Amino acid sequence: MITLKYDGTFEGLLCSVFYAFGRRQDEFHIQRNNQTQSSLFGQEIGISTETEKATRVLNGLKKTAGNNGISLLYRSFLSEQPKIEDNILHAVKSIYDKGARSIKDHTDPQILRLYQTVKMVNREKHRMEAFVRFRLTKDDVYFSSIEPDFDVLPLIKKHFHSRYADQRWLIYDMKRDYGIYYDLKNVETMQMNFGEDFDATKTSEHIFALEEIAFQDLWKEYFSSTNIASRKNSPLHIRHVPKRYWKYLSEKQPA
Amino acid sequence: MSFDRTKEKLKILADAAKYDVSCSSSGSNRKNKNKGLGDSTGMGICHTYTEDGRCVSLLKILLTNYCIFDCAYCVTRKSNDIKRAAFTVQEVVDLTINFYRRNYIEGLFLSSGIFKNADYTMERLVRVAKKLRTEENFNGYIHLKSIPGASDELMAEAGLWADRLSVNIEIPSKKGLKLLAPDKNFDDFIKPMKKVKNEIIQYKGERKLIKSTPTYAPAGQSTQMIVGATGESDFQVMKTADYFYKQFSMKRVYYSGYVSISTDSRLPQLGTAVPMLRENRLYQTDWLMRFYGFDVDELLNKNTPFLDLEVDPKLSWALRNPQYFPIDVNKASKTELARIPGVGLKSVHKILQARRFKKLTMEHLKSIGVALNRARYFMLTATRTYNDLELNPSTVRARILSNSTSKFRNQTTNQLSLFTS
Repeated sequence: MITLKYDGTFEGLLCSVFYAFGRRQDEFHIQRNNQTQSSLFGQEIGISTETEKATRVLNGLKKTAGNNGISLLYRSFLSEQPKIEDNILHAVKSIYDKGARSIKDHTDPQILRLYQTVKMVNREKHRMEAFVRFRLTKDDVYFSSIEPDFDVLPLIKKHFHSRYADQRWLIYDMKRDYGIYYDLKNVETMQMNFGEDFDATKTSEHIFALEEIAFQDLWKEYFSSTNIASRKNSPLHIRHVPKRYWKYLSEKQPA
Repeated sequence: MSFDRTKEKLKILADAAKYDVSCSSSGSNRKNKNKGLGDSTGMGICHTYTEDGRCVSLLKILLTNYCIFDCAYCVTRKSNDIKRAAFTVQEVVDLTINFYRRNYIEGLFLSSGIFKNADYTMERLVRVAKKLRTEENFNGYIHLKSIPGASDELMAEAGLWADRLSVNIEIPSKKGLKLLAPDKNFDDFIKPMKKVKNEIIQYKGERKLIKSTPTYAPAGQSTQMIVGATGESDFQVMKTADYFYKQFSMKRVYYSGYVSISTDSRLPQLGTAVPMLRENRLYQTDWLMRFYGFDVDELLNKNTPFLDLEVDPKLSWALRNPQYFPIDVNKASKTELARIPGVGLKSVHKILQARRFKKLTMEHLKSIGVALNRARYFMLTATRTYNDLELNPSTVRARILSNSTSKFRNQTTNQLSLFTS
C-alpha cells in the first residue's frame, strides 16, 4: 500500500491521480500534505504539482465524463472530507475502465459517497449565497466575513459577480484565511492582514461607514416585525439557520 | 432619510404585510444589465428564516396600511384600531436598494392597503417598481400585488416592471367572501388575473416574432387562500386551487392557515390554534397535483372531502387504492414510481439511473434515500417478493403509524376530534 501526498490543490490531486495511473498494479491512497494520520506500514511518496500533467488528466476527463463528471469530482474535492481523495481516484478509475456511465451508478458505495458529499457542498454553497452579509466600510467596499463548512468560495464567485456588478465587494473566508475581491472589473483571490485586534463579528465605527449601523438596525427591525409570534417554531428556525452561522448574521447580532 | 421615522414605519408596515405567505423569488429570468445592480436568473434564495421558521427572501411590506375596506379576516381593516403609517415612494426604493446591496434580500414584495381607490393605490405601486428599474438599474426580483379593481392600463404597465403579480383571493368561495368582505366583489379579483394572463400570452407571442419585445411578469402570477377562517372543506379549497392553476396558468397557489386576529363573531375566536398541520397537508396535495401527476379528484372527492391528518396525502391515497400496488421498482415507469408512498421525485430519478446497473434491493433503496418505513409496504424489489408483503390496508396503516413518530403527533389528536364530533 502506497500513500501519495499532495499539496492540497485540485491540480495536485490530479497529478496524484496521474501518478497512480502510471502504476496500476499497486494500490494507492491519496492524502493532503498536512494530514498526519499516515499508516505505520507502507510507503509515502510526495507528489509535486505540475500544471501540464494536471491539464492532461483534466482534458482526458472532460472528453470522457464531460463537465458534469468533472464537477462531481471537483466539488467533492472542495469538501476537504477525510479520504474523499480515495473515492475520487476510484471514480476516475471506473470512468476509464467501465466508461463514463459508471459514475451514475448509485449502487457503488464509493460513487454514492461522492454524490452525498457533493450534495453537502452544494448546500453549503447555497447557504453562503444566502448568508453572506455585506457591511459597507469607510473605503466604500462591501465587506463580508464567512466561515463555511467547506471551501466554497470558488463556487460562489460567479453568483456574486453577476449580481453585484456596480459595487466593490470582498467576501473573506476567516477559517481558510483567503477571500475573493471584486474591484468593479474582475474578481481576484486575495489574502488580508487584518491585524491583531480586528474582530470580524463587530461593526466598529473606525472601519465601517456611518450609515452601516443604521441599516443593520433597520434590518433587525424588519426581521423581528415580519415574524408571526403565534406560529413560533424554534426547531425549524434552527434547522434552517444553524447556530454556527449566527456569528456573522446581522439580524442575529445583539442590540 | 430619517432612520428613526423609517424604522417606525417599517415596524408597522412589515408587521401588517407578514400574513402574505408568498416569499418566492425564483422563476424569473432578469439578467444584470449594463453593470447594474442585481440579477434574478437563478433559483430563489432564502436569506434568513424568521423564528416561526418561514423563509425571508423578499422585503415584504405594505406601502400603507390605511384602507377603505373592512374585511373581517384582515388586520388592516378599516374598523381595526391600530397604528397607521405610509411609506413614500422614495423610502421604499431606498430601503430596497440598501437591503439588496447588503445581500439581505432577493428583492421587494410590495402590497398595500387600499386608500382612496383601487387605481390610485395601484398607480403608486407601479411607480415604485418603475423607479427601481429605470432610475436605479435594479435587476432584483419585484413582486407587486395587483389591487382588485385596478384598471387594465395600470395592470398592463405593472407587468413591465414586476417579475410577479398576484391577487389574493383569500376566501376560497363566493359565499365566504360575501360573509367576511361584503364590500368586495368576486369579479374584481378575477379581472386583474385575466388581464395578467392575457398580457403574458400576448407578450410571449410577440417575442417569438420580435426578439426585443420586453418580458411581461416573467415569474408569472400567484394567489393565496386563507384556510380555516370559513367552513370550506379541503376538497373545496383544492378544487379552487386547481381552477386557478388551469384557468389562469398560476405559478403558485399559497395556503395560509388563519391566524386569529379579531373578536368578530363570524371568525374563529382569538387564541384559536393556527391550523398548521392542515396547511401542511394542503401543500403536500398541491405538490402531488403539480409534480407527481395526480388529479385533484383522486386525492379529494365527495367521499373524502378532508385530507387525512395522520398520514400524508400520497400514503392516504395508496391505502384507499390497493389495486395499484405492489409496484416493482426494477420495472415500473417513472409515473408509477412517483406514486409509491415514501418515494420522492429525487429518489425516482436515482432509481431510474441506478437500476440500469443492478437489480435494486431494499438496501440500495435505503441508501438512495427512500423512506422505507412507508415505501416497504407498496413495492417489490430484487429481494422482496409478493409473499413478503402485508397487503391489508388497515394493517399497513396501523403498522406505519406505530413505527413512526410524527412531529405533528400532538396536533393530530387535537385536530381530529374537531371532525369526529
